[in-house]
Amino acid sequence: MLTIHCPNCGVTAEETEFHAHGEAHLKRFGPGSSEDDFESYLFMRKNPKGVHFERWRHQYGCGKWFHVARCTTTLEIFGSYSAQTTEPPKEIINHIENRRPDWNATEAPK
Amino acid sequence: MSDPVTALKGLKNTGGFASISEVGPTGMITLRGDLSAKPVIKAAVAASGVTMPEQGRIGSEGNHAMAWMSPDELLILCAYGDVHDRLAALNKKLSGQHTLAVNVSDARAMFRVRGAHAREVIAKVAPVDMHPDAFTPGMFRRTRFAQVPAAFWMPEPDVVQVICFRSVARYMYDLLGMAAQSRSEVGYFRR
Ligand SMILES: [Zn+2]
Repeated sequence: MLTIHCPNCGVTAEETEFHAHGEAHLKRFGPGSSEDDFESYLFMRKNPKGVHFERWRHQYGCGKWFHVARCTTTLEIFGSYSAQTTEPPKEIINHIENRRPDWNATEAPK
Repeated sequence: MSDPVTALKGLKNTGGFASISEVGPTGMITLRGDLSAKPVIKAAVAASGVTMPEQGRIGSEGNHAMAWMSPDELLILCAYGDVHDRLAALNKKLSGQHTLAVNVSDARAMFRVRGAHAREVIAKVAPVDMHPDAFTPGMFRRTRFAQVPAAFWMPEPDVVQVICFRSVARYMYDLLGMAAQSRSEVGYFRR
């Protein structure tokens, strides 16, 4: 079970108070984009073994969205951060690098 | 005008280790807007008669209260009969502001859980640390109670007040009653 922190209301609770909404930091391809870009935006998702960045919503709490960086193998949470960003903040990246020296920061979404 | 009727007409269960009672009609106003904007704060404070609550907290004054629901939402609690006047005054003060204030009194149900082990009733059904050092009076928490959304606070020691949607009032009443079944207290929070 994951213990998740919501940066919007300050609550830390187990995962059933929240809802995961899949891969974070997707770039939207809308009308006018190529079919390949549109297909990949709609359907293609990363499924990494290890460090992953996800969108979460505080479903039963304040109702707000945010981001979570976590490890899909150990279920370790590296941190939560604002939904209003297109890439993970520096502190989160630094923290992941400390915890996972083998992880390559260039894999982080940009 | 017709008389206000709560979802369960004030049902009460005193058979368990904590009593569960439905609270009578209560005025509730949801206010959404920028909670850092001075005019919004001023209007909310004037309408509720309570100072602005901090994140995750509730302030009360007599039978009025104001709770922090989310970064852009407040809940004002008042006497049922006052709600129209308070809402009108609130909307007047908020004119020109990008806000939304709505009377939700009849969309909600409220319960009171009372007893020395009232904290245990909540701990059994919600993913919240109910230890007396962790959840203290003045805090206001939105969460889930088993399968439904709920919000609660402790207006006094040994009393928990729970708000949920009216449509799940019966579920909430039965759930709390089951969690409070006589001789099912665990004594986990005993000091
Ligand atoms: Zn939250």
